Amino acid sequence: MSLTQSTYREAIRQALLDAMHADPSVILIGEEVGLYGGAYGVTKGLIDIFGANRVIDAPISEPAIVGAAVGAAMTGLRPVAELMYVDFIGMTMDQLANQAAKSRYMFGGQIGVPMVLRTQGGTGRSAAAQHSQSLEAWVMHTPGLRLIMPATVNDAYHLLRQSLTQPDPVVFIEHKGLYTLKGDLDPDTPDGAWGQPVTRRKGSDLVILSYSRMLHESLAAADRLAASGIEAEVIDLRCLNPLDEAPLIEAVKRTGRAMVVTEAVVTGSVASEIAARLTESCFDWLEEPILRVGGEDIPIPVSPALERGSIPSATLIHDTAQWLVTRKAPEWAA
Amino acid sequence: MNAPHLPTNTAALGRYRMMRRIRSFEERVGELFLKGESAGSMLHLSIGEEAVVGMTDAMQAGDTFTTHHRGHGVFLGRGADPKRMMAEIAGKEDGYCRGKGGSMHIADRALGHLGANAIVGGGIPHIVGAGITYRNGGTGQISVAFFGDGAMSQGILYESMNMAALWHLPVIFCCINNQYGMGTRVDRSAGHRDFPARAAAFGLNTARADGADVEAVHDAARTLVQAARDGKPGYLEIDAYRFYGHARMDKSPYRTADEEATGRARDPLSAARTRLSAHGLATDDDLTLIDAEAVTEMDAALSHAIAATPPALSTMFQDVYAPGTPAPRPQAERLTAILSEGARA
Repeated sequence: MSLTQSTYREAIRQALLDAMHADPSVILIGEEVGLYGGAYGVTKGLIDIFGANRVIDAPISEPAIVGAAVGAAMTGLRPVAELMYVDFIGMTMDQLANQAAKSRYMFGGQIGVPMVLRTQGGTGRSAAAQHSQSLEAWVMHTPGLRLIMPATVNDAYHLLRQSLTQPDPVVFIEHKGLYTLKGDLDPDTPDGAWGQPVTRRKGSDLVILSYSRMLHESLAAADRLAASGIEAEVIDLRCLNPLDEAPLIEAVKRTGRAMVVTEAVVTGSVASEIAARLTESCFDWLEEPILRVGGEDIPIPVSPALERGSIPSATLIHDTAQWLVTRKAPEWAA
Repeated sequence: MNAPHLPTNTAALGRYRMMRRIRSFEERVGELFLKGESAGSMLHLSIGEEAVVGMTDAMQAGDTFTTHHRGHGVFLGRGADPKRMMAEIAGKEDGYCRGKGGSMHIADRALGHLGANAIVGGGIPHIVGAGITYRNGGTGQISVAFFGDGAMSQGILYESMNMAALWHLPVIFCCINNQYGMGTRVDRSAGHRDFPARAAAFGLNTARADGADVEAVHDAARTLVQAARDGKPGYLEIDAYRFYGHARMDKSPYRTADEEATGRARDPLSAARTRLSAHGLATDDDLTLIDAEAVTEMDAALSHAIAATPPALSTMFQDVYAPGTPAPRPQAERLTAILSEGARA
């Protein structure tokens, strides 16, 4: 099939559409996924094609939506449960962390839960503290779950298709600020294997590790660094569990400098975990400590200015990277 | 309560046999615990709740179910092998879950047991999902959640009931009301104790049966099961009494000896025995033989569990994820890689 232009939103819809055509056991269940077409329009029209038995409009009952998906997965369906905002994941944590994540293990390998929990997180729409969080660390912390966070249009399509073939529960976190992102979609060619990071930009001076929307800020920062002669390698992690560390270790050893950039708050974060792992593996190769650049440790404010200011910008990433390489302190550090 | 029910066929004898096996199993598993051979520090006995057999007997092969803390009787009622159950509770390799689950997480896919749950109400929504599977597939199967009155205070029960009614799912919510959620008697936890009325408010078929009368439970269950297969979900309440404390070491200081004596007088097992005998469906000799067989069987299960092999330490890393997918890396392996001279080049 040929390359087409698509949006991130449309790529996810296309993935669901193609998956449902290919596999009759795929069902969607969630609030507003049917007639309304999804709060962000991702599931638009699918109910007309597949009917109300496969595109199930659920009551506002997040714990039971995830719980029903667990039971459907246990009995042979491949449910895609939708949680409108990742912020509501706390309500479902029993079903996600105690049920979906643990069934295979507790039951001695007899009962797997091949479901996908689709949700979206992040900032950018002035949705304030209860609709803007980046809670991937809660998921990554739980053995038994897989965690995917696509940054590009092609990944939005392929990583979702591939998630729908996994034997274990996958939490698939989209970014609300990326739905209108345009890019190339090649339905036949994934960017890389599911579970593996992809190098988005080669460079020899330092490596920037990121995922989801912060990948784009990191790439913008890398462009600006290049203008002043610093070549940053940018790696898109894509999948946080399983996390394939080998290519990350290779890149960090090669450059001797690394930073992890996320939108989530820094304390107890995915960035902290990755920085620690790479420090353990690459200590003797490091010229500088591995830095974490992330969201301020605050709830997300509604003011667009405050919201923007609370998460990393290309400027912050650029200045931090420049400091790592040149030891030249940025203006704001003076 | 209804008048005592008269058993009309020999199936009643089978139900008596199963109740006796459950009672003996629980007695022996209690011994396992007291001998220090139980892997789990938690053991919840279902003695007094054996009339649940009236419900498990109304289900068919292929039907699935979930249980919670007190589910041994339900699982036996659906055909579990007591040796493998006891071995699981002892944390042994040939247990149903290879020693990973124990009493509170026992499951068997082949018998339709989708899992016991140690979160009050945690297994309830799974029957909603199973119900979607069976409704969409037109398989004719049903799924049943077994839980106690403690779960009547969990919100997910009501979310699940609403979905079951809304989507016409072939499911049954089966509450074994043993009067206690851990140490709190139901009149101290429920503002309104007519639980079937709560279920009826969601549009479910409801019934309440005397938990001292297995045949009454069975009659109510059959009606609900048939309706559920036709897409009308149900709620069955079995009014029972938990003979012992919440867990094995709980001496029930929160209730009186008088209350316990009254509760234990409503013994579904002795009631069934008396009626079978009184109506000439079995002789005392027959019943005594059944009792002895159960004891022999469960003695063997207990010995088997104690003698069985514990799982190898390396199995701890198995089944976190499916075979063939990236699995957790043992910590020792990680540390070795970091600390070895080779890594420091």
